[in-house]
Amino acid sequence: MAVRYGSPLKRAFTFHIPLALMVGATLFPFYWMVVTSIRPDVELYNVKMNPFFTLHPTFKHFEDLFELTYFLRWAWNTLFIAIVSTAISLFCGLLAGYALARLQFRWAPPLGTMIFITYLVPPTLLFIPLGDVVKAFGIGDTPWAVILTYPTFLIPFCTWLLMGYFKTIPREIEECARIDGASRIQAMVRISFPLAVPGILSAGIFAFTLSWNEFLYALVFLSSPQQKTIPIGVFTELVRGDVFYWGPLMAGALLGSIPVALVYSFFVEHYVTALTGAVKG
Amino acid sequence: MAEHASPASAVPVSIVVAVPAARRPSRLGRLLEREHILAGVLLAPALVILTLFIAYPFVLGIWLAISDKVVGRPGAFVGLHNFRVNLNDAIFLRAFQNTFVYTFIATFFKLLLGMLAALLLNHHFRFKRIVRASMLLPWIVPTVLSTLAWQWMFDATFSVFNWMLMNVGLISSRILWLGDGTMAMGCLIAVNVWRGMPFFAITLLAGLQTVNPDLHEAAEIDGANAWQRFWRVTLPLIKPIMLVVVLFSMIATFADFQLIYVLTRGGPYSSTHVFGTYAYEIAMRAAKLGQGASISLSLFPFLLAVIVFQLWYIRRSD
Repeated sequence: MAVRYGSPLKRAFTFHIPLALMVGATLFPFYWMVVTSIRPDVELYNVKMNPFFTLHPTFKHFEDLFELTYFLRWAWNTLFIAIVSTAISLFCGLLAGYALARLQFRWAPPLGTMIFITYLVPPTLLFIPLGDVVKAFGIGDTPWAVILTYPTFLIPFCTWLLMGYFKTIPREIEECARIDGASRIQAMVRISFPLAVPGILSAGIFAFTLSWNEFLYALVFLSSPQQKTIPIGVFTELVRGDVFYWGPLMAGALLGSIPVALVYSFFVEHYVTALTGAVKG
Repeated sequence: MAEHASPASAVPVSIVVAVPAARRPSRLGRLLEREHILAGVLLAPALVILTLFIAYPFVLGIWLAISDKVVGRPGAFVGLHNFRVNLNDAIFLRAFQNTFVYTFIATFFKLLLGMLAALLLNHHFRFKRIVRASMLLPWIVPTVLSTLAWQWMFDATFSVFNWMLMNVGLISSRILWLGDGTMAMGCLIAVNVWRGMPFFAITLLAGLQTVNPDLHEAAEIDGANAWQRFWRVTLPLIKPIMLVVVLFSMIATFADFQLIYVLTRGGPYSSTHVFGTYAYEIAMRAAKLGQGASISLSLFPFLLAVIVFQLWYIRRSD
């Protein structure tokens, strides 16, 4: 649906300028992170100076970040938690999505509806009782507190997405394999799962970014400084009372954003598929 | 499929002979040939996790909300006492109002700007892929980290917006962006729109790409101008996806916690709390778990209404 335009001037006003404004507004905060993270403190806290650039770039804030906090430890925690919770959710979501899309059994429709409902339950509703559950299991303040609770929003999402994906794979392919002597399980594992790899990848990328970015559960369930994830660590350890260490804060924000941005940039198309697939009923 | 129900009829004898791999299946193998048993096995891991960490906490949450539990002491049943306390609590009522204001205004602007962005991105131009990819960045990066950047940009003394406005000569004294409730709520909504708009833009763009260009051409030949073509042709066609995106976003915005907690912590003077942040404040900082649970459970009626509407809508369109 390409819309045609008249004069170049009209096109500038109806297209180029709005687009440039939009991209500028989108990216400005990231530019601000970068600039802040390399400006020395004497410039940061001087209202007279032009804040948009610096003539004395420094890596001091990054050094402070690594020396004064457990940033590398947080990065490792975040990565470990994101990978394990994504793997658990993909495993559960793949099996459940297949069952709901392909198998005929009486409970399929109500279970599908139930998974959809859990998909819409926000962490805000459950974090208080979930804190009790986590404590009861004796996993409070360990990575497992979040590795086991992130799947509550990742599994419904993965199931939903993969269910939709399996519905697009023709049933006949599996039936051919059955006729050739494959068992029900063999047909599923050897025929359908490999065909679903793009869907699995999409769900995995999306789930990875969701768990990398999660805040509330990690804030409530992880308390000691060494156990924190990047979003929690940067937020809680670099703000002391009313004092904000803006240089290291922005350095941490930048370093915490780069890994997800990189993963995303390699798999933009898969990510977009997941994003749009996530909302299609 | 009924014809596969019995293993004997599932695999014709001739093929068993032809394919050595398909030995006589074990007892377990034969059980798994039955679809409802296989379905149970496949669904078990997901259902165990969801039951333990969603269904059970949900029931526990209802119990907490009708108990006077505080940290370190078992709670006793107090009926609807917590909810009565909430209704007499000025901060709760403010949070209630804020939640709706925040949700509706932010969703409105996300839809408006998201639609605009989607229409712009639906053109062919150079660097389109890069522009589209970079537009999603606010949605990708951890909200906490980007919100910290916004907090720095709204800083009382060193705000870059103040620097720009003062140097252009539009203001003579600093604006305290997060200094009073109304202004702070405006900032929260602005950041939420910045973060959530890409989600609208990209999903609506996917919707726009399914619109058949012939329809536009036909409308153009019939004399419809650009606005009429959008309003009468495009909009009705993408209405279903638009509705779903709005509902999803409304749920997420309604239940938002991190953006508000990071930018204002519900302040100044508890004027920007929403359900999520106030529940956290009461349960985690004041250690009143029962009271806190009753606040976060107050989300539920609205959530239920949206879910029921959405299920009804999906059924109808099926």
